Amino acid sequence: MVKINGKDVDAAGRTVADYLQGTSYDPRRIAVERNGDIIPRAQYGETVLQDGDCVEVVSFVGGG
Amino acid sequence: MIPTKEEWNKALCRRHGEELQQKFSSATVAICGLGGLGSNIAMALARAGIGRLILIDFDKVELTNLHRQQYKASQIGRNKTEALAENLEEVAPFTELECHTVRLTEENAAHLLQEADVICEAFDKAEEKAMLVGIVLEAMPEKYLVAASGMAGLGSANTIRTRRVAKRFYLCGDGASDVSEAGSLVASRVMLCAAHQAHTVLRILAKQFETE
Repeated sequence: MVKINGKDVDAAGRTVADYLQGTSYDPRRIAVERNGDIIPRAQYGETVLQDGDCVEVVSFVGGG
Repeated sequence: MIPTKEEWNKALCRRHGEELQQKFSSATVAICGLGGLGSNIAMALARAGIGRLILIDFDKVELTNLHRQQYKASQIGRNKTEALAENLEEVAPFTELECHTVRLTEENAAHLLQEADVICEAFDKAEEKAMLVGIVLEAMPEKYLVAASGMAGLGSANTIRTRRVAKRFYLCGDGASDVSEAGSLVASRVMLCAAHQAHTVLRILAKQFETE
């Protein structure tokens, strides 16, 4: 199991890009953090989520 | 009459304590975007006696900015960098200001942000916020980043908060209220978020880190 934004998700073994594809996140508006570090956008396709990973997808909204 | 630099520093030390003021006055903080967030962050940090502010924005002051941003009616049409520098100098004449009237991009970010200890993301568009967060956290892992997301509308002031997302990445705001859906941005709520960002900068400089 991978903890994503506080919830257990059966995403171990999948890449970040693969996981994101099945969600409604807009990839141009997010930052993905795993176990305390930001995953570079260019590495979403090759970063494989591991069992026990703690992931946060930060989705930005407009206004400032 | 404008006080001397010595009198100014003495007053700041009296309010903040010498040790804390030394940390503030030796710091360089970059502010990316000088709108509702950035102009208010800059004002709070200049008042706190931050040594040097790097101000970055390509835009000009417009009438529709004045309801929430630190500009004056007489400054409409001026570059935001220059207008804000003028206003900051009147308030805090000894804070060193470095202005860049350019659009921050992946190409020029490393150069513009090189000397900053802490970087504030204060853009308007979600895509630009995400882009800057990516650039800083990937290419400048030694720097602290304080970003903002969600301060539109008239929602409760109490939903604006600060979170430590990663080791050097802090996020302020309610995380949800998008200006395109909320339909409004009011000075009080935008300033709350800007105050969270400015306060987080001061806490980082004082090495008082959020635990979550």
